[in-house]
Amino acid sequence: MTDLLEVRGISRSFGGLRAVNDVSFAVPNGAMVGLIGPNGAGKTTCFNLIAGVYKPDAGRVLLDGRDVTGFRPDRVCHAGVGRTFQIVRPFGGLSVEQNVAIGALRVTNDVAAATRAAREVLDLLGLIARKDQQAASLTLPDRKRLEVARALATQPKILLLDEVMAGLRPTEVDVMVNVFRDLNRQLGLTILLIEHVMRAVMALAQDIVVLHHGEVIARGAPEAVVRDPAVLECYLGEEAL
Amino acid sequence: MLAPLMNGLMPGAGPRARVALLLALAVLLLLPLGVSDYILSVLILCLVFAYYGQAWNIMMGFAGQLSLGHALYTGLGAYTAAALFVNLGVNPWVGMLAGIFVAAAAAAIIGFLGFRFSIEGVYFALLTIAFAEFTRIGFNHFDWVKATAGLFLPVAQRDFNDVLTLRGRPIMFYYVLLAMTVLTLVICHRLLRSKIGQYWLAIREDQVAAQTLGVDVFRYKLYAVMLSAGLASVGGGIYAFYYNVLFPDTMFALSFSIEMTLAPLVGGIGTLVGPIVGAFILTPLGEVLTALTDELHLGGLKQFFYGICLVLIVVVRPTGLWPWLYRKLRLDRGAT
Repeated sequence: MTDLLEVRGISRSFGGLRAVNDVSFAVPNGAMVGLIGPNGAGKTTCFNLIAGVYKPDAGRVLLDGRDVTGFRPDRVCHAGVGRTFQIVRPFGGLSVEQNVAIGALRVTNDVAAATRAAREVLDLLGLIARKDQQAASLTLPDRKRLEVARALATQPKILLLDEVMAGLRPTEVDVMVNVFRDLNRQLGLTILLIEHVMRAVMALAQDIVVLHHGEVIARGAPEAVVRDPAVLECYLGEEAL
Repeated sequence: MLAPLMNGLMPGAGPRARVALLLALAVLLLLPLGVSDYILSVLILCLVFAYYGQAWNIMMGFAGQLSLGHALYTGLGAYTAAALFVNLGVNPWVGMLAGIFVAAAAAAIIGFLGFRFSIEGVYFALLTIAFAEFTRIGFNHFDWVKATAGLFLPVAQRDFNDVLTLRGRPIMFYYVLLAMTVLTLVICHRLLRSKIGQYWLAIREDQVAAQTLGVDVFRYKLYAVMLSAGLASVGGGIYAFYYNVLFPDTMFALSFSIEMTLAPLVGGIGTLVGPIVGAFILTPLGEVLTALTDELHLGGLKQFFYGICLVLIVVVRPTGLWPWLYRKLRLDRGAT
């Protein structure tokens, strides 16, 4: 498999803090990769570096072999990266359908066509009954779904999911897991997910990258990674071993 | 014949909304017939502020960019058309076309500076004020437009109406302004239902999220500012030929910029009809208060009561009067 997304030695400091330090990993085309690590490990910063919110101080981001390092977020989106925000950012004053249609307008100039596409995505994520509701009135789990729907509507090659399972009930997590699994299998969508809900990570990711203090401390198959002493130490502390 | 036309003009509007729109249009067409010169001047002022409000609303209501310097654009439009007419004999409409370019260019400069260097919100509004003020002071020393002496348009031929040269009686200006207001309503309606309008709303709601969904935020904000300025400049041009007297200190006044924001604020920011409704409420209200306070020999208190009325409306209907009226009149019925 070729790599759809390749991150080569990216670093970024904020003041004296090295939030991300020489991080490299790759997401093969059609794969689902998990990015885990304790709070403050630099996961979201990594996403922001890929998605163009911040420019890396060093390193490269390659999408489909094309250098997209330092691209503006809208250019990164056009290059084929869809992302969700950990702290959801719905267009609160607009309807749910409008929120998603705006995402779909990346691939069309026709609002009617974008609206049709939006309904399909909303149907897929179980939000279709809420399509006329104001986005601001949604519950948190529904807002998380809306984040995913909006990103999906831009028809990305790779979807970056930032803790979309947080706050969902276990049954809802299973529903989400199935949605992503279907998207991955049926449409070949590549997914990179930041997730604390291990139930979801274990169910979805073929590969896991573990970040700690801005550095990659482990990577590999999920079963191996969760037994890795370095990983256990950073999560549970040295004494627990 | 009317139905397909209405459908073309206002796709998606419900039957009640269409009837209401036609009724309102009919009333506006008949309103100035047989009224006194004074009432007509008030009606013209209503339309002026309705139109200015519509232009301002594109920038603030749709794209979420606060401008407190819109007098810059109306003033540039007024001065460009008037000065070209007085100095070079250029036709007013050609002059207004030139005014559109001047105003849009000024907007592009302000927009570029603001948006490229991430000057947001209140700071951006300060930038718009600053530019309007620079221009006011600059025009006070600009001899080609007669500086502080004021630019006066010849008013000799006021007995017949000539729309092509924009010379005529006030009633002609009423209908010209009404046509502009309706045209702008249709343009705004169309824009909101297109990609550009949807992107503006996205930017207004959350720029970061919009950009993540592929919206070139800088470019679309620039479109909004330039279109808003261009439309405002045409209003300024028509106003210049109606009023015939231009002074930099009044045309570019900060108070004038702020007055322009009131109609959409009261009618409903971001709504299509709000600026028009707001203008037709506020302008007569101001006139009535002037008459009342004069009658009661309370001359200076007009602004005070006007302010109180404004505050009351904004407190009671913070999203504006139009959305509330729209629900009360059940105009949403059958809309798609």
